Amino acid sequence: MITLVIGGSAGGTVALRRFLPRLSSQFDGAIIVMSHLGPGGGDLLVNGLRNICGLPVRLAMEREPVERGVIHIAPEGYHLLIEYSRRFSYSVDERVSFSRPSIDVLFASAARVYRKELVGLVLSGANADGAEGLRIIRRLGGKALVQDPREAEMQAMPLAAVSHAGCDLCAPVATLADYINNDMD
Amino acid sequence: MTPDDASVDLEEIEIDLFIEAMLRRYGYDFRDYGRASLTRRVLNLTRRFGVRNISELTAQVLHTPQRLEEVISGLSVPVSEFFRDPLTFRALKTQVFPFLASFPQITIWQAGCAHGEEVYSLAILLTEAGLYPRCRIFATDMSQQALVEARKGIVPLGDIRQASSRYLESGGGRSLSQYFHARYDLAKFDEKLIENVTFARHNLATDGVFCEAHLVLCRNVMIYFNDQLQRRALQLFAETLVRSGFLCIGDRENLHVHADVPFEHADKTLPIYRLRRAVDAP
Ligand SMILES: C[S@@+](CC[C@H](N)C(=O)[O-])C[C@H]1O[C@@H](n2cnc3c(N)ncnc32)[C@H](O)[C@@H]1O
Repeated sequence: MITLVIGGSAGGTVALRRFLPRLSSQFDGAIIVMSHLGPGGGDLLVNGLRNICGLPVRLAMEREPVERGVIHIAPEGYHLLIEYSRRFSYSVDERVSFSRPSIDVLFASAARVYRKELVGLVLSGANADGAEGLRIIRRLGGKALVQDPREAEMQAMPLAAVSHAGCDLCAPVATLADYINNDMD
Repeated sequence: MTPDDASVDLEEIEIDLFIEAMLRRYGYDFRDYGRASLTRRVLNLTRRFGVRNISELTAQVLHTPQRLEEVISGLSVPVSEFFRDPLTFRALKTQVFPFLASFPQITIWQAGCAHGEEVYSLAILLTEAGLYPRCRIFATDMSQQALVEARKGIVPLGDIRQASSRYLESGGGRSLSQYFHARYDLAKFDEKLIENVTFARHNLATDGVFCEAHLVLCRNVMIYFNDQLQRRALQLFAETLVRSGFLCIGDRENLHVHADVPFEHADKTLPIYRLRRAVDAP
């Protein structure tokens, strides 16, 4: 069983709205989504995705367990990490490359916990967050997916991810969703 | 298992040994910190110390007590801001200050005060409410370096603009500029704001109750603790607080993993709690 961690930034919401509804409602792994949206961002994203996804969408709450079959959304203003107990923890450590939350921080901590049962996905964005995290995911045996930069509203993040980490599949989000539905369990 | 998996597993052993060294050599107990964040900070320290791995860091720590404060400061990450979460400050003012005002002498404990941003913020609101002269405030942190900074009350002028708008959102009634002097690109906060403040070292993992308080603030500190250490801290706050005293935590902290916390929400939408019942000292 896999856990899917997703990072997006500018243009990420559009990609998420296309990608997440395509996931099978039978998907029984946990999904964790982080997107840089500015103040109030996490709650806004929960509301924006709740009605279009087949899977339940919730904010990733401090100390709460990472649940299978749930889309967890990272809050704004805190780094989000995963403990070995498979529960969420928050931190207000310094921003990492101007970001808090930092996708790299989430990916790195998830990689240590889930190792080869982790899939990381980097979507549209105007910075390089997620690239180092994706590299660590791959190094620990997980899989790396990247949105095709030609489809992304902002190419910088997918491009940085591919050049820094490489990837297992770089494709439009519809193809990535099919891949998860059909080829992963 | 890949070689990289093995290297992460090795790192976990090294972190255990580092924690053991800190405890046995210096009495600092990080055993019940959330492991994910602690790992990040220990790895950051290896970079700051210019060592190749955590074991080398542990050796340095064991043999170089002069650098202990640097290590503590690296592990504690005293990141804060003035009037962080303004709606919470506003609620303190409207919902907690009236309770405080009913006492002739008010004691407040700010645990994990970092560089003091929260101490100055609260002192400003207390001053404006006319309560400050009656207050005795304990501002504590486990990091000595953080306390030194907190006493100075100096911040980059660049941070002030945002701080000013959060001050107003918090219900501040004047202009933030009345409370600091700008020099070059720094702002130094008025020392009157810390006249009634005692800065002291206190470690929530190992130290005990030292005062009786009407209000305890401990925001964004327990997020770094596992459930067990969070429980210890909560127990400490419960023993410190007067009957129906208030506890203010960070905006997104979760106390509800403990079925038996002696605190109840003062207002469900805010991170402000009230002591529910008297607590027996253990
Ligand atoms: C992120 S800062 C919080 C600052 C401020 N309360 C706020 O919310 O903006 C966390 C602080 O908690 C302190 N801290 C961490 N563990 C502690 C412990 N066991 N006892 C006392 N202070 C601790 C750190 O040194 C750091 O200054």
